[in-house]
Amino acid sequence: MILLSKAEEIIIKGATLVDAAGERRMDVLVRGETIVAVAESVEVPIGARIVDGANGYLLPAFVDLHTHLREPGGERSETVESGSRAAAIGGYRAVVAMPNTSPTIDSVEIVRHLHDLARNTLCEVALSGSITIGRLGEKLTPMADLAEFGICLFTDDGRGVQSDALMREALIVASRLGLTLGQHCENEEHAKGAPMHEGVWSSKLGLAGQPSSAEEVMVERDLELVRELGASMHFLHLSTIGAIDLVRRAKREGLSITAEATPHHLSLSDAEIASYNPVFKVNPPLRTAADVNGVRAGILDGTIDAIATDHAPHSPELKDEPFDCAPPGMIGLETAFAVAYTELVAKAHLRITDDPTLPALSMLDLVRLFTLSPARIARLDRHEHCGEIVVGARADLVVFDPTERWKVEESSTASRSHNTPFAQLDLVGRVRHTLYRGELVVTDADAQR
Amino acid sequence: MTIETIDREAGRDNLLSVSDLGREGILEILHQADAFAEISHRPMPKVPALRGRTIVTVFFENSTRTRLSFEMAAQRLNADVLTFFSATSSVQKGESLRDTVQTVDALGVDAIIIRHPSSGAALQASRWVRASVINAGDGQHEHPTQALLDAFTIREALSRRSGQVVDDFAGLRVNIVGDVRHSRVARSNVLALAALGAEVTLVAPEALLPISTEGWPIARVTTDLDSTLDSTDVCYLLRIQHERMAEAHLDDLDEYRRHFGLTTERAARLGKDALIMHPGPMNRGVEIDSTVADLPNALILDQARNGVPVRMAVLFRLLGGPRTVGAESGDLVE
Repeated sequence: MILLSKAEEIIIKGATLVDAAGERRMDVLVRGETIVAVAESVEVPIGARIVDGANGYLLPAFVDLHTHLREPGGERSETVESGSRAAAIGGYRAVVAMPNTSPTIDSVEIVRHLHDLARNTLCEVALSGSITIGRLGEKLTPMADLAEFGICLFTDDGRGVQSDALMREALIVASRLGLTLGQHCENEEHAKGAPMHEGVWSSKLGLAGQPSSAEEVMVERDLELVRELGASMHFLHLSTIGAIDLVRRAKREGLSITAEATPHHLSLSDAEIASYNPVFKVNPPLRTAADVNGVRAGILDGTIDAIATDHAPHSPELKDEPFDCAPPGMIGLETAFAVAYTELVAKAHLRITDDPTLPALSMLDLVRLFTLSPARIARLDRHEHCGEIVVGARADLVVFDPTERWKVEESSTASRSHNTPFAQLDLVGRVRHTLYRGELVVTDADAQR
Repeated sequence: MTIETIDREAGRDNLLSVSDLGREGILEILHQADAFAEISHRPMPKVPALRGRTIVTVFFENSTRTRLSFEMAAQRLNADVLTFFSATSSVQKGESLRDTVQTVDALGVDAIIIRHPSSGAALQASRWVRASVINAGDGQHEHPTQALLDAFTIREALSRRSGQVVDDFAGLRVNIVGDVRHSRVARSNVLALAALGAEVTLVAPEALLPISTEGWPIARVTTDLDSTLDSTDVCYLLRIQHERMAEAHLDDLDEYRRHFGLTTERAARLGKDALIMHPGPMNRGVEIDSTVADLPNALILDQARNGVPVRMAVLFRLLGGPRTVGAESGDLVE
């Protein structure tokens, strides 16, 4: 395979650009890491590589706030290298790796180790650190020391911080240091480790259920603390109507909070679990069809700031277990944008949706949910013209073909794991090419290294 | 050398849930069980219907009646029977469910009868093997052959009483009493009895009722056993476990008995024709008083007896079809 030299020029012809400035049809010329020309017609320089963007969209590359890379400790499921390759195929220029590795990302040593591993990946691997040592919910991590290594998002993801007092203390420390805490909202007394959502389907299937209250009581507690302390907070993977409504009202009130939702919570309900296929086991669990519509409504009205994958690889031998024994989690990096486009844009336009009253999301809003908005939350927006396709901006770009119809094949994922819940879904639209820092890292949905 | 393949239609080769059968399927099994019940009265109570077939019982939980009656049913059909005991198997070395059932399948068995503590385990196993899979109890989900033998037992009692075969349970009021939330027997019985037309009422402490019964084919749900006694044709009691008392906000099994046990006093308030059933194993003196269990209208031993012909009918339905034998094929087999 020929490695494209970064000094080489790449021209993307005929695509429709979508960024914060709106939609327009333009040619884009990239030299080195940078966009050097944006015009209705750019002459092709001699020797430039031509990328055909006709009928496609050219978008700023995406940022994922919620990726489990499993390294160190879970390398049979994923590594920094395989996960970042999957991310590049999905159109991401950066992912935020969750700290629930083994050992936990709670010390400077482990951060150094991961920075070494991520030196030459196909997208940027930003790290989040845990709020408590070992994610045990007992003692705070040295957040100030970790922040010096560029970590700005802290979370015990996989678990919520159960202790009210410790969470309050964490918010005080984070506020003082200007850091953001991300909460995995799950009250463990309510959830009781149950493998699915509590309701019609858990009753029918004879599986223990965790009620919506498990998520909602923690959202409510955290909002109370944010209100009291004037702190900031990011809510991970919201999945219930009630939780989204709490965040909606708190935003109206002016609290400094942000929230994300996953591709699976906006597209799949707990009815999927009738198959007992552990690929549908995830935490927070797939909720009711009404909750799915609630997540969509939250995306449409801006309650949800970002779509984040919660990409959670598990190797087949871990997932091929009885439903109640299998670990929760599903992969999502390679399909996230296509799933969101299919569900929120394409289907709504075609009116093939469960709730026909929900309007289609604009392409502009969808792009914001994958780019600028998550970049701001994770502070991955510090370079010039971040999220814009303009001269002088870093060439982190995605060519998305909205006409391609495809199905994800479990066996051919770039992720080391194959636990995708979307194998049955007819997807509309696909990321064809990804440029990261001016390098064509993905062409025709294939990673180039 | 011949290559044998078993010709099976999708959906007909497994019994995972009562909902796989529908009313027609249930009745076909009950009618077939009539014929097999008759065989058991013969001096030589065996038929060669499944000669050459091999079934294996793969139980990851303890069982007396289900495993024994499946094995007896298979033997009466002249099938060969293997028994897998998880306690002495490679499961103890950490072998997964998938590897276990695939290993058993690789031996070339025709049916795997599986009991497992996880809901959905039988359905998952059916995706991993080529043999027919029969669900002998998966977690808190279903226990279809229990429901079939219960329906058979009710039908037998009603038919005996009326002097003609009663295939339609329309108007029959069945109470299922006890820990419905965690009961696979209850889930399968609701589906089977409702399919035959019965009017099913669930009776339990609030915390032992299912969180939701939306979509369940039942007439009503109540926490008051006493109010139902004079309008019950079949009182079906579920086994209660000591561990559930805290969850049910009850002090102990005595308190459970006071509210939900079929005591001698309550049994006296049932109609004289009312039938009393229990899937076993019973906690005498808890969900059912010992004297009640021994009443003439208590069908508990009939249930155990009927397990054999009903399971014969299930095995015959799944395995008794024509076996297509592949052509001589020197190309494929060295």
